[in-house]
Amino acid sequence: MTDTHISFVRHEEIPPSPPPVAERGVLKWMRENLFSNWFSAILTLVALYIIAKFLIGVFPWFYNGVWDAGSIRECRDILEGRFGACFAVLVDRWDHLLFGFKYPQSEYWRPVLGFVLLVLAAMPALFYMYIPTKFLIGTALYPFLAYWLLWGGTLWLPIAVLAAIIATAFVFRFVEAMSVQMRTILAGLVGVAGAIGLAYLLYLGAQELWFISDSVGSAGGFAAIAGYLFKAASIFTYIFAIPMGIFVGYAIFQSAEDGGLVTVATALLAIYLMLAYAIGPVSEFLNGLIPIELQAVPSRDMGGYMLCMMLGTVCVSLSVPLGIVLALGRQSKMPLIKGVCVVFIEFVRGVPLITLLFVANVMLAYFFPPGSGLDLFLRVVIMITMFSAAYIAEVIRGGLAALPKGQYEAADSLGLNYTQATRLIILPQALKISIPGIVNVAVGLFKDTTLVSVISMFDIVGMIRGPIQQSTDWISIYWEVYLFAAVCFFIVCYGISQYSQWLERQLATDHR
Amino acid sequence: MTSIADHTVTRSKSSFKLSMLLNDTRYRSFTFQFIALIAIIAFMAFVGGNLVRNLAEAGLNISFQFLKDPAGYDINQKLIEYNSQMSHGRAALVGLLNTLIVAFLACITATVFGVVAGVLRLSNNWLVSKIMSFYVEIFRNVPVLIWILIIFSVMINALPAPRDFRGDEASASMVLFDTIAITNRGVFVPSPEFTNSLSVAEQDVAEDGSIVPAKGWQDFALIFGVLFLSWIAAKLIGSWATRTQEATGSRPTTWYILLAVWVVPLVAVLAFLGLTWDVPALKGFNFQGGLQLRGSLIALWFALAIYTGAFIAENVRAGILAISKGQTEAAAALGLRPRRIMGLVILPQALRVIIPPLISQYLNITKNSSLAIAVGYMDVTGTLGGITLLQTGRAIETILLLMLFYLTVSLLISALMNVFNNRMKLTER
Amino acid sequence: MNKSVFFGALAGAALAGGVASAATLDDVKARGKLNCGVTTGVPGFAEPDANGVWQGFDVAVCRAVAAAVLSDPTAVEFVPTTGKTRFTALASGEIDMLARNTTWTFSRDVDLKFEFTGVNYYDGQGFMTPADLGVTSAKDLDGATVCIQTGTTTELNLADFFRSNNISYEPVPIETGAEAVQQYNAGACDVYTTDASALAAQRANFEDPSAHVIMPEIISKEPLGPLVRHGDNEWADIVRWTLNALITAEELGVTSVNLSEMGGGTNNPEINRLLGTEGDLGAMLGLDKEWAKRAIGVAGNYGEIFEKNIGESTPIGLARGLNAQWTDGGLIYSPPFR
Repeated sequence: MTDTHISFVRHEEIPPSPPPVAERGVLKWMRENLFSNWFSAILTLVALYIIAKFLIGVFPWFYNGVWDAGSIRECRDILEGRFGACFAVLVDRWDHLLFGFKYPQSEYWRPVLGFVLLVLAAMPALFYMYIPTKFLIGTALYPFLAYWLLWGGTLWLPIAVLAAIIATAFVFRFVEAMSVQMRTILAGLVGVAGAIGLAYLLYLGAQELWFISDSVGSAGGFAAIAGYLFKAASIFTYIFAIPMGIFVGYAIFQSAEDGGLVTVATALLAIYLMLAYAIGPVSEFLNGLIPIELQAVPSRDMGGYMLCMMLGTVCVSLSVPLGIVLALGRQSKMPLIKGVCVVFIEFVRGVPLITLLFVANVMLAYFFPPGSGLDLFLRVVIMITMFSAAYIAEVIRGGLAALPKGQYEAADSLGLNYTQATRLIILPQALKISIPGIVNVAVGLFKDTTLVSVISMFDIVGMIRGPIQQSTDWISIYWEVYLFAAVCFFIVCYGISQYSQWLERQLATDHR
Repeated sequence: MTSIADHTVTRSKSSFKLSMLLNDTRYRSFTFQFIALIAIIAFMAFVGGNLVRNLAEAGLNISFQFLKDPAGYDINQKLIEYNSQMSHGRAALVGLLNTLIVAFLACITATVFGVVAGVLRLSNNWLVSKIMSFYVEIFRNVPVLIWILIIFSVMINALPAPRDFRGDEASASMVLFDTIAITNRGVFVPSPEFTNSLSVAEQDVAEDGSIVPAKGWQDFALIFGVLFLSWIAAKLIGSWATRTQEATGSRPTTWYILLAVWVVPLVAVLAFLGLTWDVPALKGFNFQGGLQLRGSLIALWFALAIYTGAFIAENVRAGILAISKGQTEAAAALGLRPRRIMGLVILPQALRVIIPPLISQYLNITKNSSLAIAVGYMDVTGTLGGITLLQTGRAIETILLLMLFYLTVSLLISALMNVFNNRMKLTER
Repeated sequence: MNKSVFFGALAGAALAGGVASAATLDDVKARGKLNCGVTTGVPGFAEPDANGVWQGFDVAVCRAVAAAVLSDPTAVEFVPTTGKTRFTALASGEIDMLARNTTWTFSRDVDLKFEFTGVNYYDGQGFMTPADLGVTSAKDLDGATVCIQTGTTTELNLADFFRSNNISYEPVPIETGAEAVQQYNAGACDVYTTDASALAAQRANFEDPSAHVIMPEIISKEPLGPLVRHGDNEWADIVRWTLNALITAEELGVTSVNLSEMGGGTNNPEINRLLGTEGDLGAMLGLDKEWAKRAIGVAGNYGEIFEKNIGESTPIGLARGLNAQWTDGGLIYSPPFR
C-alpha cells in the first residue's frame, strides 16, 4: 500500500464507544429502577434507611447468639449482659420442636421417612403433566404406608384395610359381570339383608328419638317444642322404618337386571363386613405368622412440627373428596340436599376454626357413644376436615361455575347419566381449574393447624407455649423459638405457594 | 310415602313400578331426598341420643341461667358500663363490642396496607417492589397466631414502659408537645372535655375554685348533631351550585361558604360547651387522663391488619393485573400522569375484581380476632368463651353462643358487602 | 385409634348400646393405664423434661395412684389440659382423675359435680412488684396495671380484693405464665398476680430475683388438690387415700429409704396397717395389701416429693409454710389409717 493518495480510509469498523457513564451498568439500572423520579427516589431512600436500621438493630442479636448452653440461666452467664439470642434452646429442644416430647426417640426415623415419602408420593399428583399416571398408584398406597410408619403397630393392619378395599373393588366388578340369573339370586339375598338391616336401624333410631324427646321435653319452654319435634320425628321414623326397609330391599332386588344398585349395595355390605369384623382378626393372624411390627405410638404422643404436618396432610386429603361432594350437593336441584349443603358450608365458613376446635375438644366427645375410643387427634381431624371441606367446596363450586354450560349439555346429549357426566366430563375439568384455589386453601389450613395449641395439643406452637416456655430450664424464652417456628412454616408454605403460582401459569397457557 | 302416592295418581297405575322411583328421573329426586331426610333424622337420633345420655351420665344439663349470674371479673376495655358485679351476659356483650371494634379497625387498616402494598409491589422502583414482595410473602406464609405473638412481643419490648418516663433522667418522653404518650401499655392521647358539659346538672368545682371539666355522651351527641346539620347544609349548597351551573353555565364559587358552614357552627358549639383537653400525665403507676388505646388492642389490631394486608395486597395486585394494558395506554394517550392513571382509571375498574375476595378477607379478620386472648385482649372469645367458660364450666352453652355470635357477624358482613358489591356492579353498566 | 369400634359407631350399631357405666377402677385396670389430667406446663408442678418424661409435684400424685392401682408408676397416660378443657375432659371420661393446680371451690364441687379428694398444696394468690416501685402493701396499688394469669380463680379474687378495698386497677389478662412474665419484665404491668407458689417459682428464674418483691398479702385461699367425677365413690376413695397415704407416711416417718425395712413389720400398728402388714385396708378399697407401700415407693412420702420437685433445694425454692405437717404447724393433715 504505497499509494500516495493520502486519503484516510478506515478499513475496519470503529468499536462502539461505551455509552455515557450515566447510561450504563449499575448507574443506569439504579437511575431507572431506583431514582426514576423524585417520588421514587424518596421511596428508595426511606426503604434503604429502614433496611439499614433493621439490620443494625438485629445483627448483634444473631451475631452474639449462644448455641451451646443447658438453660436460659447459663445463656445469660455466657452473654454477660450483651444483647444476643439464646439459640441453645433450639439445640436442646430440637427433637421436641419437631416431633413433640413423647414420640419415642429411637423412632424418629419413621416420621422423617414418612415425610420424605410424602414428598415423593405427592410428586405424581403435583406434576401430573410430566409424570406418567401409573405412578399415582404409589400416591394411593402412601396413606397406608404412612399410617403404619407414624402410628406403628403391625404392618398387616393397613395391608388388611387395603386388601379389603381392593377386594371390594373386585366384588363390584364381579357382581357387575354376573349373569342376570345369578345376580337375581344375589339381589334377593342382599335385598332381604338390606331391608332387615335398614328397618332395624331405623327402628333403633326411632327409639332413640323418642328417648331424646322424653328427656328434652321435660325441661319446658323452648325445650318442650324441641321435644315435640323429636317426638314427631320419632313417630315418622317408626312409621317408615319397615316401609323404607322393604322399599330399599325391593329396589335392590329390582335392580338385578341393570345391576346398578345391587352392585353398590353388595360392595358397601362387603366393605362394611370386612372393616368391622375381618381386618382385625386377619391382621392379627397374619402378624402371628409373619410378624412385621413397629413400636406402636398412640396419637396423643404426636407433637411438634410433625403434628402440624400430619394434621395438614390428613385433613386436606380427606377434605378434598368431602369438598367435592359438598360442592356437587350445593349445585344440586334437589332442595333438601342443596339446603343441607348450603347450611353446612355457610355455617362452617361463618365461625372461626378455634370455636370448632373447642367443639372438638369439649363437645364432640358427648356426641359419640360412651367409650367409643375417639381420641383428641381424631376429633380434631374430624373438625378440621369439616372446616377445610367447606372452603374447598366453595373453591370447587367456583370451578364448576366456570365450566361452560355447553359441557353439561354435551354430556346430556351423549346420553350420559348424572354419575357418568360428573365423573367423566364435569369433575375432571372443574377440578383442574380449582387446583390453585385448593392449594391456597391447603396452605391456609396448614397454617391454621397451629391453633390446636389453644386446645392443649402440643404442636410446634403448643410445644413452645407449654413445655418449653414453662420448663424450669427455658422459662420465658421467647424470640428464638417463635422465630424458629416462623421459619419452619415459611419454608413449607412458601414452597407450596410457589408451586401454586407455577401451576397457575401452566394452566393459564391453555386458556389464552 | 305421600309423594309417591300423589304421583301414582297422575300416572296410569299399571305402568308404575316401584323401581321407577330409582330409575325414572321424574321420581328419583324425591327418592333421594326422602332417603336423605331419613339419613338426617337417623344422624340426629344417633348424635342427640348420645348427647342426652352422656350429659345425664355426667350429671350435667343444658341451661343458660348462668348468663344472669354475676360475672365477678373485671374487663379493662369496656365500651359500655360494666363492673364485676354485672352479669355474665353483660360481660359477653362487652367482649362482643370489643371484637367488633378491633375487627372494624383492622379491616380499615388492612385495606390501607393492602392497597398500598399491592400498588407499590407493581411499582417501577425495584427496591420498593422487592420489599413489598418480601412483606407479602413473609406474612402470607407464617401462621397468624405466630405473628400475633411476635408483634405483641415486639411492641412490649420495643416501646418504653411508663416507668421510663419518670424521674429527671427519663429515658423516654412524650411526643407532640408533651401531649401523646406512647408506652408499651398503650398509646395515651388527649381527649376532649367540656367545662359546660351537658352530662352533669352542675359542674364540680375544684378546691382552687376552677371548674372541673366533664364529658358525656350528650356533649358528643350535640357535636355530631351540629356536624350532621352542617353536612346537610353543605349538600344543599352543593346541589344549589350544580343547579346554578346547569342553568347559567358557570359554577358559583362556594368554597368560602362551605368553609363557613362547616367551621362556624362547630366553633360555636365547642365554645358553648367550653372545650378543654384532658392531656395524659404520669400519675402514680401509670399515665392518667386522656384516652388510652390499650397495648393489647393496638397489638391485635396491627397484627391482624398487617397479616391480612398481605393477602389484600395480593388481591389488589391480581385485580390491577386483570385490567387490560389497553386501559393504561388509553389513559396515557389522554395525557394522564401515572399516578392519576392508577387513581382514576385502573383502581376503580380493579375494584370490581378486588371486592369479592376483600369480603372474605374481612370475614377472616373477624374470625381471626378470636385469637385475641393470646395478647390479653378481652374480646368475646376472651370473656364469654374464656373467663365465663372457666368460671361457670358451662362449656357447651358458651361455645354454642360463641358460634352463634360469629355466625351472625359473618353473615351480616357478607350481606352488607354483597349489597355494596352489587351496587359497584350496577354502576359499571 | 380403635378402628373397628369407630366404624361400628358410624354404622349406628352402637345406637342400641345402653349406658354401661362401669366403675372407673375396673376401667383403669382393664385399660392397664391411668389417664391423668395435668397442666400443659407449670414449673415444678407438672412439666415434661428434656426426655419427654413428665415430672413435678402434681405428676407425683398421678404416679402414686398408678402404682397403687396398677403396680406400675409409669402406667400413666398424662393428658395435658388447659383451664378451659380440664373439667370437660374429666366429665366426659377422657381422664380418670385431674391433678392440675385446681382450686377446691364450692361451685366446682357442687355445681360442676366433681369430687375433690383432698388437698396436696395450700396456695394463695399473691402479688409481685419490682422493688424500685417502693410498694410495700397490696393496698397501695391504687391505679396499678395488674397482669393476671387467666385460667384459675385469679380474676375473681382480684376483682373482689380491689373492690372490697375500694381501689382501682387495670386488669391485663394473660394466657400463659411465660407471657405474663414477659409483660411484667418489660414494664407493661406494675404488678403480677397469680398463686404465690407460681410467683416464687417465676421470680427464682428472673435475671435479678432480688429486684422484685412479693407483697405480704395473700388475698385468697387456694387449696389445690386432685379431683375425680362425682358418683364413683370407690374410685374417689382410692385417690383420696393414696394421697393420704403419702401424707401419713411423712407423719409416721416412712420414707423411700426405710420403706422396705418398715414394710417387714414395725412396732407401730398404724405403720403396719398403712403398709399392709397388719389388717387388710387394701381389700376395703378393692386393692391388694401393699397398695400404699407401692404408692410411697414411687417417689417417697409427701415431704420427699415436695422437696424433690418444689422444695427449697430446687430452682422453684418454695418453703413448706402452710404445707408443713400439722405436727410442724402446717395444714397438711391426714385422717388416721384404721
